[in-house]
Amino acid sequence: MKPRTKRAVAIVGGLAALGVAAALVLNAFQSNLVFFFTPTQVAKKEVPLDRNFRVGGLVEGGTVVRHKDALNVSFKITDGAESVPVTYTGILPDLFKEGKGVVAEGRVGTDGVFKASQVLAKHDENYMPPEAAEALKQAGHPMAKENFAGQGGGNPR
Amino acid sequence: MNWFYFSSPSTFYGLAGRLAPWFFVAAALLAAWGLYLGLLVAPTDAQQGEVYRVIFIHVPTAWMSMFLYFVMACYCGLSLVFNTRLSAMMARAIAPTGALMTFLALWTGAFWGRPTWGTYWVWDARLTSELVLLFLYFGYMALANAFEDPRRGDRAAALLALIGVVNLPIIYFSVQWWNTLHQGSSVSFKGTSMHVTMLTGMLVMSASAWMYAIGATLVRVRSVILERERRTAWVRSLGAA
Repeated sequence: MKPRTKRAVAIVGGLAALGVAAALVLNAFQSNLVFFFTPTQVAKKEVPLDRNFRVGGLVEGGTVVRHKDALNVSFKITDGAESVPVTYTGILPDLFKEGKGVVAEGRVGTDGVFKASQVLAKHDENYMPPEAAEALKQAGHPMAKENFAGQGGGNPR
Repeated sequence: MNWFYFSSPSTFYGLAGRLAPWFFVAAALLAAWGLYLGLLVAPTDAQQGEVYRVIFIHVPTAWMSMFLYFVMACYCGLSLVFNTRLSAMMARAIAPTGALMTFLALWTGAFWGRPTWGTYWVWDARLTSELVLLFLYFGYMALANAFEDPRRGDRAAALLALIGVVNLPIIYFSVQWWNTLHQGSSVSFKGTSMHVTMLTGMLVMSASAWMYAIGATLVRVRSVILERERRTAWVRSLGAA
């Protein structure tokens, strides 16, 4: 082999080995790389109970209760199968809405209620003018999809 | 015709100088058109209102940050395999523009995240891997300039750049592989979930970012060539003329 062929083989081989190694490492850390857990995982107790973690899903319709004297709010996060009751004190992001994506950070109290210290909104990857969204809604095609933002909210991996 | 005529730094120096202004003109025209479409023509978004218009800067710069890294790594591979002088210089010339695009993607993303998500920054897989890309660019530039002999710097940095390629699929597929706060891709090989005017504006802005990146790289590679070849007769004759 010519030296330059050798170098090419070494580089391609090295990159392939590196790719396999990276894939194995990422696969091993799969569960540590998720940003949030789903309500189904919370129901199955597949979440760390001794420290803070995040729950992600859709804000269940009709469950948002705002207390008029303070910034307290309570609502439920659902993934279609299970739902988690959440309480939070603070300012909610603008995109926080019933039926929309949300990610809450906190921990489960002894009463089974998730006490959130931070609530983030998660929007989906659809961009359209309001008229188009309205037309879709009237056609019985809600913008809030079951698997929100293209990431299976319903089926934990 | 000799296909390798312009792979010599001395001939490419002239070609780059002649081409660069045209790429800047194209970048300016496309940016004017893209911003017109994005800021004036494209409709308000049903979900996010006006703030979604950050997308016209955010997505093109994020795309370019990944694409430029890929191109830079290809030049690094060429320079390692064939020992061609110009490829290593091209890789060096691309790096600062790539770092700039990565920084802009992170910066605009932070100011988009604050009003929509409710936070400037989260350590989710998409944001973290894009930050790693910025550090890879910084690392490449630092390593390339850490040696007395620039050719050694080329080789060491080329190796780093090639190793960093692993990060590109991680950035791109992070939103599919893991739960992230960042939403999935609006534009993929399968199609798009964007309104057509919004999409057109974004693609025109991407073309503009592309033209700018080429122009900036050509200008920068000229100074790299001059610095590297300063002792050669052809560079000396430039000064005399």
